Amino acid sequence: MGGIFSKVLSRLWGEKELRILILGLDGAGKTTILYRLQIGEVVTTIPTIGFNVETVTYKNIKFQVWDLGGQTSIRPYWRCYYSNTDAVIYVVDSVDKDRMDTSKEELHAMLEEEELKDAALLVFANKQDMESALSPSEVSNLLGLDTLKHRQWSIFKTSAVKGEGLTEGLDWLVNVIQGAK
Amino acid sequence: MSYAKKDEDSAEYGLFYHLDKTTVLQEARVFNESPIIPRKCRLLLTKITYLLYLGEPFGTKEATELFFSVTKLFQSKDTSLRQMMYLVIKELSGIAEDVIMVTQSLMKDIQSKQDVIYRANAIRALCKITDPSMIQGVERLLKAAIVDKTLAVSSAALVSSYHLSFVAKEVIKRWANEVQEAVNAKSSSSLTAGFSYMSFGGPQSPGQQPVIQSTSNITQYHALGLLYQIRQRDKMAVHKMVQNLSGSRGGSLVGGSGGTTLKSSFAICLLIRYACKVMEDDSNSTRQIYELLESYLKHKSDMVNYEAARAICEMEDVTSKELYPAVTVLQLFLSSPKPTLRFAAIRTLNKLAITHPNAVTPCNLDMENLITDQNRSVATFAITTLLKTGNEASVDRLMKQITGFMSEISDEFKIIVVEAIRSLCLKFPGKQAVMLGFLSGVLRDEGGYEFKRAVVEAIFDLIRFIPECKEAALAHLCEFIEDCEFTKLSVRILHLLGVEGPKTPTPHKYIRYIYNRVILENSIVRAAAVSALAKFGLLVDDAAVRKSITVLLTRCVDDIDDEVRDRATLYLALMNEEPKAVLYVGDDTTFALPALERQLVAYISEQQLQSKPFDLSAVPKISRAQEEAERARSKTIESQQPTLAAPSTKGTPSQPQKPGAATTPDRGADQQETYAQQLAAIPEFASFGPLFKSSSKAHELTEAEVEYTVKCIKHMFAEHVVFQFDCVNTVNEQLLEDVTIVMQSDNDELEEVVNIPAESLKCDVPGVAYVAFKKPSAEETPLATFGCTMTFVVKDCDPATGEPDEEGYAEEYQLEDVELLMGDYILPSYLGTFNSVWEQMGAENEMTETFGLDLDRAPNLKTGCAAIVGMLGMQAIDDTAQPKSQTMHTLLASGMFLGGYKVISRCRMMFNQADGLAFELTVRSQDANMSAAVMNAIA
Repeated sequence: MGGIFSKVLSRLWGEKELRILILGLDGAGKTTILYRLQIGEVVTTIPTIGFNVETVTYKNIKFQVWDLGGQTSIRPYWRCYYSNTDAVIYVVDSVDKDRMDTSKEELHAMLEEEELKDAALLVFANKQDMESALSPSEVSNLLGLDTLKHRQWSIFKTSAVKGEGLTEGLDWLVNVIQGAK
Repeated sequence: MSYAKKDEDSAEYGLFYHLDKTTVLQEARVFNESPIIPRKCRLLLTKITYLLYLGEPFGTKEATELFFSVTKLFQSKDTSLRQMMYLVIKELSGIAEDVIMVTQSLMKDIQSKQDVIYRANAIRALCKITDPSMIQGVERLLKAAIVDKTLAVSSAALVSSYHLSFVAKEVIKRWANEVQEAVNAKSSSSLTAGFSYMSFGGPQSPGQQPVIQSTSNITQYHALGLLYQIRQRDKMAVHKMVQNLSGSRGGSLVGGSGGTTLKSSFAICLLIRYACKVMEDDSNSTRQIYELLESYLKHKSDMVNYEAARAICEMEDVTSKELYPAVTVLQLFLSSPKPTLRFAAIRTLNKLAITHPNAVTPCNLDMENLITDQNRSVATFAITTLLKTGNEASVDRLMKQITGFMSEISDEFKIIVVEAIRSLCLKFPGKQAVMLGFLSGVLRDEGGYEFKRAVVEAIFDLIRFIPECKEAALAHLCEFIEDCEFTKLSVRILHLLGVEGPKTPTPHKYIRYIYNRVILENSIVRAAAVSALAKFGLLVDDAAVRKSITVLLTRCVDDIDDEVRDRATLYLALMNEEPKAVLYVGDDTTFALPALERQLVAYISEQQLQSKPFDLSAVPKISRAQEEAERARSKTIESQQPTLAAPSTKGTPSQPQKPGAATTPDRGADQQETYAQQLAAIPEFASFGPLFKSSSKAHELTEAEVEYTVKCIKHMFAEHVVFQFDCVNTVNEQLLEDVTIVMQSDNDELEEVVNIPAESLKCDVPGVAYVAFKKPSAEETPLATFGCTMTFVVKDCDPATGEPDEEGYAEEYQLEDVELLMGDYILPSYLGTFNSVWEQMGAENEMTETFGLDLDRAPNLKTGCAAIVGMLGMQAIDDTAQPKSQTMHTLLASGMFLGGYKVISRCRMMFNQADGLAFELTVRSQDANMSAAVMNAIA
């Protein structure tokens, strides 16, 4: 075990699980990311009517991950699950340029919520395995991430299908949350 | 000591004592905590369920909030917590909004690879929260669950599908194969079903529940129920299902091919019910089904034996030979140690005794033992059954026993006893003194209105049918009204006294009782008493009585109540005008009230009719006796118990009665009023004038079991004939549009004037098409036969969505012929007593002819009478449609011809088994042509 991780371990041992929400528009790949993280496999998914909740262990840290459905009809219920959230993973379909605006609106509306004011924001610019995918900086601009104030955030390019970029993102998250404690 | 005791007491209510919704909702915050403490949460969920079961109202908002808190618990893997969550979710699903939020989580639980205990619970919860539009989304999942190897899962899926089938019939229909598989599934010991009992405390890890093997095969029962639900529309399929599942039992049914044998007794009971349904629909199968039922009488399960026995007892036209084995089984049950069996058996025998008392007689000895049964319900049924089956000699003994226990049973059972005694009286008139004594005895007992009414009605019947007891019975009634708390009963008794009193040899002794009412009672009773008094004054031929009645009525003129005064004044006036008095008070006819009401409504609503005074002579009259018979008939229809039949209407929520929708024509004149209203709503028919007659029975133009069924009803107007076609499309995948009936007349005198198609026919939603013909004039009564064809446009419907295709294609369907008969022009009507009308009509327009009816159409005198009355379209007078002899009879009938002409007929009939029925028909009317025309109705 490397030095930094043993430090993390000692501080988190016996503490409560970290509570994380995975949000984003429908079809962005939230459920695929959740199960890629939990069991390391790509599962076939159907549109999530409601939510999935799983416990994911990463580097001996337990995350309680809530994957909430992204369909328009279900988005209003995201707010029911905001309380006690340590971090939000916001997943964006980097290919779906037409709905970037919608994605941006949903993101900013969510971040305005009082209950999420301390939550860290990790954005996954997903579907990078596709050719027409926008780069993380383009996605960042379109989402207006630069305008965010008083918020710890970062964006990573990911491909849930290939399993790329996910661990990097989680590493960042762990660091940020450790720092906050 | 006392402290410990108190603690013990409170433990009974334990946590649930003084539960308060507000506190509980506050505590619900623990659901949001992390990590979750399963034990604490489970306890709180229990409290919530408890409150919900108590009926504590939850607002939509608080229920929704609560629901979302509960969903947080999905993060816990605790099995018992999960089960408790499902219970709460199911309860909240009706109140909270957006419960579909747990769809994904439930689906995941159902698909769980591990054999977790809560999969069945999750299925039930899922079906509760799914709305009909989303069923397709869970279809694959439920189909798989139906054939799941775990019986509990399979059962849960089947029962849930059953409930869903009311909202999503079409989707569930597609699962028939899976359901069939579930029926067939052989139970084997390797299959397991999980049953968990909630236990507090003790950590439980998922998938390690105690697994209990199920031996009940209950899945079969659930599967069979659902299979029937899916197939009930398709009578052939139901028949086949019954055949297959009855297996080798009903040997002739399957002809050797071994079907599945049902193992669950519950499933067999269901099968028996469906078999009865098949028998009802298809009389050819009676023999086979009876054999099946008989074989089930020997089944090892009580439940199945009973169900089969009951089914046999409720078969139509069952012979005493067929009844014998069933009654034997029931007889054994009578001495069973289980009260439920005794009750079921005696109840069925009781019902059977109404129609087949002789078949039940062999059980008399067993039933007598049951009179002292601890269970009063069993005892009551035993006694009333014995009253029906017993002979005259045993009546006295039984009556004694009944008197002993009347005080121990509730009103409800007392009514049953009284009803039984009433029918017994009519059966053994010789015993009327004992019975009357009993009835007057119970009349004095304590009891509610319904009970007293039953007794009073029983006495009324005695008075009506057993003349010997009239005086004694009237005396009892007089005594009863002296101290009767029910105004309604007093009024009825006073009316009866008014009718019957004057005919007795000593009328004056009732007058005192009646006048006492005038002094002592409320205004309603006083008014009734005045009317009764007046009848004595008008009908008793004794100057002294008249004089005293006049004095009494004069006193009533000063009453404080308007109605009482008015009546007294009216009757005083009538007493001075003999002829009018007889007309109004002594008349034994009355108008057919539904017809009168209909014509009055028509008169008021049509301006042009009001230029003339209302024509009372056009209203059919019936005798008082007939009115009573009619009332008695509707009473028996109301009181008829639902028969043993599979619930066939469940699948279709009952159709609202739209104007123009087909209705079952069983209520004679009331039905005609419905028709009149429906026809009046159609502008094309507005000029036809008032409806004269609608045919009483709908004529079936198709077989009962075909794609489209059509019934025809004929409506007669002064110059027009309207044919109403009630059409039903039974093909699920089709929508019929522009459904037109094409009628080819063989009589040129009739000219088609209106043809109104039914716009569209959805499956099982009745539609109506009309065709109207004009006659040359009001006087003519052309007869004709019409060839009928139904033309329409078929649009196939998508089986999944039920959406019809854009394009349709034209189609024709041949119907049976419709005939316009002479009887259609005649309205059954009571014109008065036969002799007076007969004489009044005179012999000048009399016609007599002799006819014969072969054995097929008239196997006995009774059906012969019915056939002749039907052909003539007339009303039988008094009870002449009920022949008393087997060989000779005279049938009297009267009616009103289109246009309001009176017709009366006498039919002398002779019957013998060799030649059938021969009869001589004599018709009198106001016109010779009319007599001839009526004669044509038969020829």
